[in-house]
Amino acid sequence: MTSAREEILRRVRRATHDVPKDEHPEDVPVERGYRNEDDAPREEIVERFAERVAEYEATVHRVNESDLPREVAEALERRGIRQLVVPADLPEGWTPEGLETLRDAAQSPLSNEELDRSDGVLTGCSLGIAQTGTIVLDAGEGQGRRALTLLPDYHLCVVREDQVVGLVPEAFAKLEETVKGEGRAITFISGPSATSDIELNRVEGVHGPRTLEVLIAGQPGDE
Amino acid sequence: MTIEAPDAFSGGKTPNFEETARESLADSQLRRNLGKATQTIRRKRAVAVEEMPDWEQLREAGRALKSRTLRHLDEYLLRLEESVTRAGGQVHWARDGEEANRIIAGIAKSHDAGEVVKVKSIATDETKLNEHLEREGIEAVETDLAELIIQLAGETSSHILVPAIHKNRSEIRELFMRKLGVEDLSDDPPDLANAARLYLREKFLKAKVGISGANFAVADTGTVCVVESEGNGRMCTTLPPVLVTLMGIEKIIPTWRDYEVFMQLLPRSSTAERMNPYTTFWTGVSEGDGPQEFHLVLLDNGRTEVLADEIGRQTLNCIRCSACLNVCPVYERTGGHAYNSVYPGPIGAILTPQLVGIGKPGSDSLPYASSLCGACYEVCPVKINIPEVLIHLRGKVVRHKQDEGGLKGRLDPENVAMQAMAKTFSNPRLYEGAQRAARIGQWPLARSGAIHRLPGRLAGWTDARDLKPIPEQTFREWWRSRNGSGEDT
Repeated sequence: MTSAREEILRRVRRATHDVPKDEHPEDVPVERGYRNEDDAPREEIVERFAERVAEYEATVHRVNESDLPREVAEALERRGIRQLVVPADLPEGWTPEGLETLRDAAQSPLSNEELDRSDGVLTGCSLGIAQTGTIVLDAGEGQGRRALTLLPDYHLCVVREDQVVGLVPEAFAKLEETVKGEGRAITFISGPSATSDIELNRVEGVHGPRTLEVLIAGQPGDE
Repeated sequence: MTIEAPDAFSGGKTPNFEETARESLADSQLRRNLGKATQTIRRKRAVAVEEMPDWEQLREAGRALKSRTLRHLDEYLLRLEESVTRAGGQVHWARDGEEANRIIAGIAKSHDAGEVVKVKSIATDETKLNEHLEREGIEAVETDLAELIIQLAGETSSHILVPAIHKNRSEIRELFMRKLGVEDLSDDPPDLANAARLYLREKFLKAKVGISGANFAVADTGTVCVVESEGNGRMCTTLPPVLVTLMGIEKIIPTWRDYEVFMQLLPRSSTAERMNPYTTFWTGVSEGDGPQEFHLVLLDNGRTEVLADEIGRQTLNCIRCSACLNVCPVYERTGGHAYNSVYPGPIGAILTPQLVGIGKPGSDSLPYASSLCGACYEVCPVKINIPEVLIHLRGKVVRHKQDEGGLKGRLDPENVAMQAMAKTFSNPRLYEGAQRAARIGQWPLARSGAIHRLPGRLAGWTDARDLKPIPEQTFREWWRSRNGSGEDT
């Protein structure tokens, strides 16, 4: 008796018998005539990122990197956060004093229930994509594992200006190493979760954080 | 709880398109809901696509990448198996839906899961996974808002992307109050969404097994992705300790970088957004992050039959965006249920009959559910020439009838009429004679410039369309009188 694997492969080969034996996959031409890189000035790209994130009903602030602790504190205060989830390797000094932080660690991970009960989460990111207003998390530095940014109802995300790329292909190029190396999971976030399932009315926030706030941090005068 | 609606994939006989379409057309509420929905998405999609100066180049790259993959599918399947295994996942192969269901139920049982959480997957609708799990004593909870709505209502999907497009807010409110035990619920969409959030959060937190489909899987790296909006996909692929993903063998793309093409084409074509809210990409298992056990089930279920047809093959390019549904004048009026398949609309009209095989009366009617206007081809992000495949399949349906029926098939009225017509159309004298005869014969039928009903066996033609009567003066007669000669030039 042949296995399902052998049977399916046999069917595939029979189905593609019209393909010349000596044709390799790369022989099938793929014209990549689309744009690969945004050649607009940096400031324009960062501004486009800010605008497009905001268009998804996320709150966006452009701030000075040196003011980051204060800006974070203010955002959390506005939201009334008491219990804040942070990844183990969040940069020093981002979290304000006097706030209860739930630090996730590899040895003692927070339970799903703890994450669910918390008020919000603060992370960095891997990349921002200006073309689509997308934030990319790849479980790298300052981001933590996926559940951290999923169960709390509020996500405050810091994006450094130098992390923002122009076009979608630039992002996939940069992420290639992460995928081919450790194979860490990657999440694209474009605004808070949404549904249009009821009469096509857009509702912000179904599962996942219903509020997304983004701090875009840059150096003053850094163009 | 689950209702098995007649469907091209459930085995047994399904009604043909015309029969079901007539019921849908008579439902004026449905037509209003559909009209509003399809027009809104159409308009938004046009704006999202217009913003892209390189849209045509992306479409061409998408088409070419799919063609490359399909022509060498055996090699890419083996590469995918190798890369997923290397990344800590387990790969299973399923010849048909039944085999896929058995594999998935087996995994759920081995973890003593009495309940599994699911993220919207048409592949699992195709295999009737939920019904199978139910028979095995496992409850499958649909977590996509629309899927939840139709699951609670005991109905089936009517649109690939917006399965509950046929239900309005007050119908949904009534359903949630009855089935979720929510009291005091308004029909405001945010309130309805919140009721679903609360109900499902509990399910996500205790689920042992999550089940998903896949939008794409990369042969080189084994990276699978789920493209979604609500966050239920992130929940299902992140929280349960075990994840099972069912994907059709055609969903492969060669390399990681190829996502740069498809992740631009899909969101704009599908929901008319620059990017959908959430996309999760995972490569096998990652220590300490998400499920620690991952199973990928590769499903054939008729796909290799589609692959074997050199014209039909392009159907497997489909990335399930549903843009073709929203532009289709037939779909806009009949809705999805008329197609009696988990794949409705123009893409369903070519995919369903090929997957289940020609020769089944219900699905054989689908290639005729089109006016061949070509709008579907124009919006398709991977350039599937749907009208070409429709015509090709019509030919196959007719040939099948002839082969199958022997003498009966050759004497089939449609066949006889087509033969006679071919003879008449190829001979000018016969053609003009037929026109004169028809002009005289049609007077009892033509009413205010149209024929609404033909008599006898010809009535089938006018069931779904009006006919222009033969004019007082035909073009050929006018041409002759204009030239003042009786000669054909």
